[in-house]
Formats: sequence, C-alpha cells, structure tokens
Amino acid sequence: MRILSALVIGMIFGIGIAISGMANPAKVLNFFDIAGSWDPSLIFVMGGALITTAIGYRLVFGTRSTPLFEGAFVVPGNRIIDRRLVLGSATFGIGWGISGFCPGGAIPALGLGYSETFIFVGAMIGGMVLARGIDTAVFKTAKA
Amino acid sequence: MTTEFTPYMSLGGGILIGLAATLLMVFNGRIAGMTGILGGILPPVSSDWPWRAAFLAGAIIAPMIYVMSGNTIGFSVPISTGALVIGGLIVGVGVMFGSGCTSGHGVCGMARLSPRSIAATVVFMVSTGITVFVVRHIFGGI
Repeated sequence: MRILSALVIGMIFGIGIAISGMANPAKVLNFFDIAGSWDPSLIFVMGGALITTAIGYRLVFGTRSTPLFEGAFVVPGNRIIDRRLVLGSATFGIGWGISGFCPGGAIPALGLGYSETFIFVGAMIGGMVLARGIDTAVFKTAKA
Repeated sequence: MTTEFTPYMSLGGGILIGLAATLLMVFNGRIAGMTGILGGILPPVSSDWPWRAAFLAGAIIAPMIYVMSGNTIGFSVPISTGALVIGGLIVGVGVMFGSGCTSGHGVCGMARLSPRSIAATVVFMVSTGITVFVVRHIFGGI
C-alpha cells in the first residue's frame, strides 16, 4: 500500500509541478529576472503550495500520531543553521539561476520528453553522487 | 524571452503540490522533498527505495499522460547545452550539501517553520536572483 500511495501522490505532485510552470526553465528564470522579462507566476506556485502544506501538516500532526501506512513520521529534527546548509543552499541557487531547473521541477519535466531535461537531470545526478563521494572521502559524515 | 503570466494555473499547480506534500505525510509519513527522495535511490541506495522509486515514477508519468491526452505544457530552455550541464552539476552538489531544495526546504520545511529550511530558502532564493541578474544583465546570457 505504501508503494501504491507513493505512486499516486507522486502523480499529483508531478501534475502540480507541470501545470504550475515550475517544469519550464524559461518561466522560472523570468520569475527571478525582475530587472528584465519578469513573470511573477511563481509567487502563486510557492504561495499556493506553502499555504496548502502548512494547513495540511497542521491537520495531520494535530489529529494523528502515526502515518497510515508506516510506523512513524520521519521529520528532520535538526534545527541548527550551519555553514554546510548555507553554502550548499547558496551553491544550489547558483545552479538554479544558471539552468532554471530545480530537482522538483526537473523530475516531472522528464515526462514532457525534451532532451534538455535528460541532459540536466543526468548532470544533476552526477553532481549529487559527486557530492556524496566528496562528503564520504573528505568529511566522513555521509548519511545513507 | 518573455513568458505568459499564469496566476490561475500556477496557483492550481501550487495547491496540488501542497496536497501531495500533505498526503505523503499522512499516508507515508515522509517529507515531499525531491532531493531527499531522489538521493535515497542513488548509491548507497537506501533500504526503503521502493516507495521513493514509486513516487519518482508517478511524478514523471503524470505529466507524460497529461501531454499525451492532448494538453500542452509550456517548455523552453533559454540557455546553451554547456550551461545546462554545468548548472545541473552545481544544483546536484548544492542540494546534497544543503540537504534539500525548493520542495523539501521551500515548501515542506517552511510549512512546518523549520529554522534550517527558512534559512536555506532565503539563501537559495537570493543566490538564484543574483545569479540570474549576473548572467542576464552583466554577461548578457549564456
């Protein structure tokens, strides 16, 4: 059941990303290009997603102590803002600003069938594996 | 190049993303963060990879079905292939060290008021904005 629910929920996520415009690099880049061809649409994506999730989580955590198909909620408990988080996020922003693709936008965009998305996702996965390798080799703090 | 302002479709899409995030928590007890979900099927593969693979498959299949049913989704990549590869590598490294991206930090983490996610979201939004400005208005495109 947990596999089936993940599949169906993944479909809802994917269709939401696709119709919102987050799977379209030109639209994402225009959102950030306030000094140029600005397209404010993504405020509506972020706002709609954030408000819905905030209400949804409140309902879930307020009414249930465990999820329906798993033993426990898996939610990060770390609250410390460290250099690794800040530098990693700043780095992600540079890549997002260059490409217009974020991971949540790019994976559903694969379903649209354009070769550019496959090139981006291939490089992104390469970067993720590389980062994990660096982490294991240099910092010895990689988590499975 | 300009893109059409689409407040209703974007709001509708955003609500679906939020609905998916809520449902993944109530059914599977998990954060709907693409970095975390994808990271779990890359080596070393996480033992709970099947639900992750199912979520990713659903996220890819749904837009595919949507366009095959005759609907159109706007898509345009206004940069070179070289920039796409470099951007992809940088995104991959950044989200791994930053422990999340727009979905995990920007939506799920912000929704539960996680200080780390709020900090990460502010940092990557500012960093993306600066990068777009530099690329488009100082370099004149890549």
